[in-house]
Amino acid sequence: MSTHTPDAPAPRPPPAPLGSQALDAPLDSREMIINLGPSHPATHGTCRLVTRLDGEFIRGMRVDIGFLHRGFEKSCEAVTWGQVFPYTDRLNYVSSTMNNVGFALAVEKLCKLQVPDRAQYLRVIAAELHRICDHLTMVGAMGLELGAMTAFLYAIEARDLMWDRMTELCGARLTSNYVRVGGVARDLPEGWVEKTLATLDRTAELRDTIGALLTRNRIFMDRTRGVAAVSRADAVDWGYTGPCLRASGEPYDVRKAAPYLVYDRLDFDVPVGTRGDNFDRYLMRMEEMVQSDRIVRQCFQGMEPGDIAVRDFRYVMPPKPQVYGTIEGLMAHFKLVMEGIQVPAGEAYGYTEAANGELGFYLVSDGEGRPYKIGLRAPGWPMVASMPAVLKDALLADLVPTFDTFNMIGGEVEQ
Amino acid sequence: MSQAVVQALVARFPGDAYDPYVGPGGDDVVFVRKDRIAEVCRFLKEDPALQFNLAPYVTAVDYLGQEPRFEVVYNCTSTSRGHRIRLRVKVPESDLAVPTVTGVWRGADWFERYCWDMYGIRFPGHPDHRRLFMYDEFVGHPLRKDYPLRGRQPLTPERDVPDLIRGPGPAGRD
Repeated sequence: MSTHTPDAPAPRPPPAPLGSQALDAPLDSREMIINLGPSHPATHGTCRLVTRLDGEFIRGMRVDIGFLHRGFEKSCEAVTWGQVFPYTDRLNYVSSTMNNVGFALAVEKLCKLQVPDRAQYLRVIAAELHRICDHLTMVGAMGLELGAMTAFLYAIEARDLMWDRMTELCGARLTSNYVRVGGVARDLPEGWVEKTLATLDRTAELRDTIGALLTRNRIFMDRTRGVAAVSRADAVDWGYTGPCLRASGEPYDVRKAAPYLVYDRLDFDVPVGTRGDNFDRYLMRMEEMVQSDRIVRQCFQGMEPGDIAVRDFRYVMPPKPQVYGTIEGLMAHFKLVMEGIQVPAGEAYGYTEAANGELGFYLVSDGEGRPYKIGLRAPGWPMVASMPAVLKDALLADLVPTFDTFNMIGGEVEQ
Repeated sequence: MSQAVVQALVARFPGDAYDPYVGPGGDDVVFVRKDRIAEVCRFLKEDPALQFNLAPYVTAVDYLGQEPRFEVVYNCTSTSRGHRIRLRVKVPESDLAVPTVTGVWRGADWFERYCWDMYGIRFPGHPDHRRLFMYDEFVGHPLRKDYPLRGRQPLTPERDVPDLIRGPGPAGRD
């Protein structure tokens, strides 16, 4: 006997037992286009990432840069060689001295100038301090992006200590303009070495704290290991340089392959990764900070008193007593300010190992006081260009940390 | 630095790789004919003795007033052999098409887009031939020497600020 009337709804069949197959079955979803940026706080500047998403997976991406383009090369072609230096500070604004060094070395290559020993040591010191700053920023920001705010605060404390030392050295905290063609701007202030050694000690403590917070952290490891892995062949094919290239297992460092300044006299190691994922790129930065620390301490021991710039007033400003006291000094000063350094006609490509990779300047001079062409090879360029390929089929949540390990600096990539 | 590279290149492409010289700082430089640049690059990358595996830095120069007017420069690097070479390719204004090398190194992608954006040099065969920095509506190529230094092409009208000097004006210093 049934109690059902013919027009009552039929009873629902019991649900099928949930097997693993049913649980893992993909939901039907529509692909959608999500636009990230250009002024998204996680894009470190202004970079627009248009992603095609299938659920949470990135199926396609287009990177749109140029929102921060300020015409670096065009501006530099209109000013004298010496006036280019402030523009180079603003390329990678986290480690501005490294850009100064790269540009000065390229000009000196064209001028066939050999700068004094002490100036070379001072350049290495300033550059390596700034390398630590750059890596601290990247490591801290990466923690921040994965939810570890604490690590970021430690990193910023250490970075600000470094920047205090740079302020004492060259007068500016962020856009440190320390290097000149033919040498450096001024010698070390009184007591600076001791203060810097104390700062390095404190930075090492803070760095180890960051390492203790992140490196063996379960969440951090799960979120970074195996994410956005780049094979060694791919990294080379894309033109990666610096920590990102080495994380993929290619042991190439300009400081070792073509030593400039005094790097051939210094004892330091180049860390090399194996998997080329976000975790390896993070580890490269942590280890390079240790090596930079070693380099700076060796420089303090190795350098001797001496000239900080060449004594050739065709390239370097004469000391002020000579400018005010002698006609030759006044003329040299006037010529340098009004006409600029007369760089011999020709072209040269100068390359150095900046914090993110190879920083290259392709210079063309027509023999006048202003550059005819300045071509900038920004270290971050190839990495950002490869993002659509690297992040294909990755999770959207991994986009921002990967963006961070490539350490895109808008100032240099977008010129 | 390494004359062997230059010799191998000139021997392999007689007439197409020409006028090698040693630039400041000991850089090896070779001129390459425009039509053969892709083959030259492929040879540089794949020859076991050369192994220029790293994607090169490609840029361009505008030698206004000279003939040919433009030049595309390839700064090639080998991470395994540690040597470098610079290829200079003359590009006349009448034929601004240079074969792409993105088929040899994927990393040449954005550098070639940069050359198109800034100098108007085309790379037939490039997979994504768009401007890199400037917006699509931009007219002209800003790094050409005949583009004014203060040339402005705002997408939205700019407000009039009385104490600010704004172009367009001639190239040169104020």
